Amino acid sequence: MTRLVPFFGFALLAVLLGFGIWWNSAHDPTAVPSPLINKPAPAYVLPKLDDPARMVSKESMLGKPYLVNVFASWCFACGEEHPVLMAESKSFGIPVIGYDYKDDPNDAKTWLTQHGNPYDTVIADQSGHTAIDFGVYGAPETFLIDGKGVIRYKRIGPLTPDVIEQQLKPAIEALQKEAP
Amino acid sequence: MTPELGQLALILALMLAVAQSVLPLIGAWRGHRALMAVARPAATGQAVFVALAFAILVWAFVHFDFSVQYVAANSNLQLPWYYRIAAVWGAHEGSMLLWVLILNVWTVALALFSRQLPEVFLSRVIAVLGIISVGFLCFILFTSNPFGRLLPMPPDGADLNPVLQDPGMTFHPPVLYMGYVGFSVAFAFSIAALLGGSMEQAWVRWARPWTNAAWGFLSCGIVAGSWWAYAELGWGGWWFWDPVENASFMPWLVGVALIHAQAVTEKRGSLRAWTILLSLFAFSLSLLGTFLVRSGILTSVHAFASDPRRGTFILCFLAVVVGGSLLLYALRAPKVAGGKAFALVSRESAILIGNLMFTVAAAMVLLGTLFPLLGDAFNLGKISVGPPYFGLLFPLLMLPVVVLLPFGPYLRWGKSDTPMLKQVLVRAGVAALACAVVSMVFVQGQLKAIAGVASAVWVGVGVVLYLVKRWREMPRGRRYPAEMAGMLLAHLGVAVFLIGVLLSESLSVTRDVRLSPGQVAVVGGYEFRFDGVTQAQGPNWVAEQGVVTVTHNGSPVAVMHPQKRTYSHEQVQTQSSIDPGISRDLYVALGEPMDPQHVEGAWALRLYTKPFVRWIWGGGLFMMLGGFVSAGDRRFRVKREAEQAQTVSSTLQESRA
Repeated sequence: MTRLVPFFGFALLAVLLGFGIWWNSAHDPTAVPSPLINKPAPAYVLPKLDDPARMVSKESMLGKPYLVNVFASWCFACGEEHPVLMAESKSFGIPVIGYDYKDDPNDAKTWLTQHGNPYDTVIADQSGHTAIDFGVYGAPETFLIDGKGVIRYKRIGPLTPDVIEQQLKPAIEALQKEAP
Repeated sequence: MTPELGQLALILALMLAVAQSVLPLIGAWRGHRALMAVARPAATGQAVFVALAFAILVWAFVHFDFSVQYVAANSNLQLPWYYRIAAVWGAHEGSMLLWVLILNVWTVALALFSRQLPEVFLSRVIAVLGIISVGFLCFILFTSNPFGRLLPMPPDGADLNPVLQDPGMTFHPPVLYMGYVGFSVAFAFSIAALLGGSMEQAWVRWARPWTNAAWGFLSCGIVAGSWWAYAELGWGGWWFWDPVENASFMPWLVGVALIHAQAVTEKRGSLRAWTILLSLFAFSLSLLGTFLVRSGILTSVHAFASDPRRGTFILCFLAVVVGGSLLLYALRAPKVAGGKAFALVSRESAILIGNLMFTVAAAMVLLGTLFPLLGDAFNLGKISVGPPYFGLLFPLLMLPVVVLLPFGPYLRWGKSDTPMLKQVLVRAGVAALACAVVSMVFVQGQLKAIAGVASAVWVGVGVVLYLVKRWREMPRGRRYPAEMAGMLLAHLGVAVFLIGVLLSESLSVTRDVRLSPGQVAVVGGYEFRFDGVTQAQGPNWVAEQGVVTVTHNGSPVAVMHPQKRTYSHEQVQTQSSIDPGISRDLYVALGEPMDPQHVEGAWALRLYTKPFVRWIWGGGLFMMLGGFVSAGDRRFRVKREAEQAQTVSSTLQESRA
């Protein structure tokens, strides 16, 4: 029997490795769970892109869930994400806020005119200081914030139809069920 | 057209590999000589076709055939020819082809140099190597074809990862693979022995030079990799316990154990089952290393493309080869402990302790490497263990090895008398203590450095004492047979390595500084003067090149040119500048300009002095040399025929001491 020990040891190892393959195909191995999930979103006050005199703040958005999509005109992956948002943003059933990140306002406006504007409101963070509070790695990123101002879901990298169907929409539905 | 020929060559090689693995096995089983005779020509034919495929891929790189996807992804028009050749194994597909090529090199070498082996045995060995080759050729053909076309053909390719554009990187993978794959020979010998059920000691003697040579190559490959990380990555470190590094280190550790266990089994007949098990482990860990690197299940600084299909394939292959061989071991391994008995104080005991330490160390590294997977499996979140884990456990496990090392050569087989050992203990102990006391003055009381000096002197004096003893007691010409010379070289390498690790770890000084042109920073007694940044240009990069003049007490030491290179595809790569020396390295890495608009202004620089860091690789090279020298011992070759006659005439154990 003792001679079978190495074999069983290896069998366990093989199971673990098989699990590793499955896990990696089911999960994004580079995804780092955001410490912000289920934490209140940072307070922010940012000007609107098309009307810098008017401010949007965390307080002004309380009450209903909404989506924040970090983008920039200089960001290549945002260009890939954009058609997906154009097609899907109306189907979310909640407001979608465009978060223009470290961008020249004129470039951003031109970009939105050229490619279309999927957002209900666009806010501009030209310096990128607020983005640091949100823990933004780089554009594009997407945050789902509930009516109490708590971050419920976060996506690093472009939204794809698969991600929207499998992760984002279920998260939104769960939120709407919670709401009285 | 030629890439398709490469593909065709691989398919033909696969068919020959199937023939090589199936027919000789049947022949050996049924005692059919004609079928056994297939082994050699099939192996040679396979090698020819694999070499042809490899040559065609090299040709595609040299001639910029960007219609081949792999070529387009890993080279471009600016890449110099030597890096275009190195680019062949710069990514997944090509490196797998290199793997198979090297397996074929070992197989052909074995077929050439083992004509004295019994035919049944050799045909089994070659068949086992054939099975491994079948697995890898299928892997290449079905999941990782290097000859896939890219249409339309792009005018220019992407780039070889700039990190890989370094002389150390050009030969690191081939040498490392020579080591990895070389363990397949010991593996095949063990499987052949298990299949044949003949447990004579003879097969261990035949396997020994191959194991030693493979281990020598593996040592060299690891040294090259470590040196490359040191010179290229700009962190000044030489080992990071990264999963990919661990993947090469585990077979090395088991290889150390295997080399010693084989010596015991060959000379005394003991530890047979253990030797077989270690041969299986060494190659299994090589395969596992390939799996870990190629499946991408562990993220690491070596970010290779990963593909779940590939991972699944290698895992299945691993299950068949490793699972199958361990099952075979369970069924066929010698049931009775053979060989001569040994007392507590004996060379066998010492080797067995060392063996346990090295095996446990390999298991510890394996556990640490797979820890993130365990974390996912048991839902513990993202966890990984790093240098604190390895850095604590590894030295602890190696401590008994270092303590026992000087006694090794003095210990006799079977039972040893203690007065001789006491003499060694006193002499080496006194020397180590004395040097430790003296060193205290020079190392500012750093405990690690003192331990380094003491342990290195302990090991070194042990080796030298034995050298002297042999010189006095043995007649000229018989003093240092290659096997023993190799052992002494490798053990001396341990002493050199200990100096390197412990002194450089404790005495290195690192400083991140901001320097304007003309300013001086003092690090470790050396004055580094920053003389500004100039432009430099290479075949496929432009660089900002810093000029740093180093002086020591006013006298000039070196002018160093750290670079920040921008390659043709906008990838940025730092090129540290190193002034090497026996007692210290000076190391400068260029960071960022303080103001990107004014590169002529102040820059962030990272300055290091690293005492004795070179001894780390020096020690590794001594070990490598030890492996090669002992592999070349005439005893392994000359006595083979006599051995064979003995094996055939009787299955009784030989009575050599």
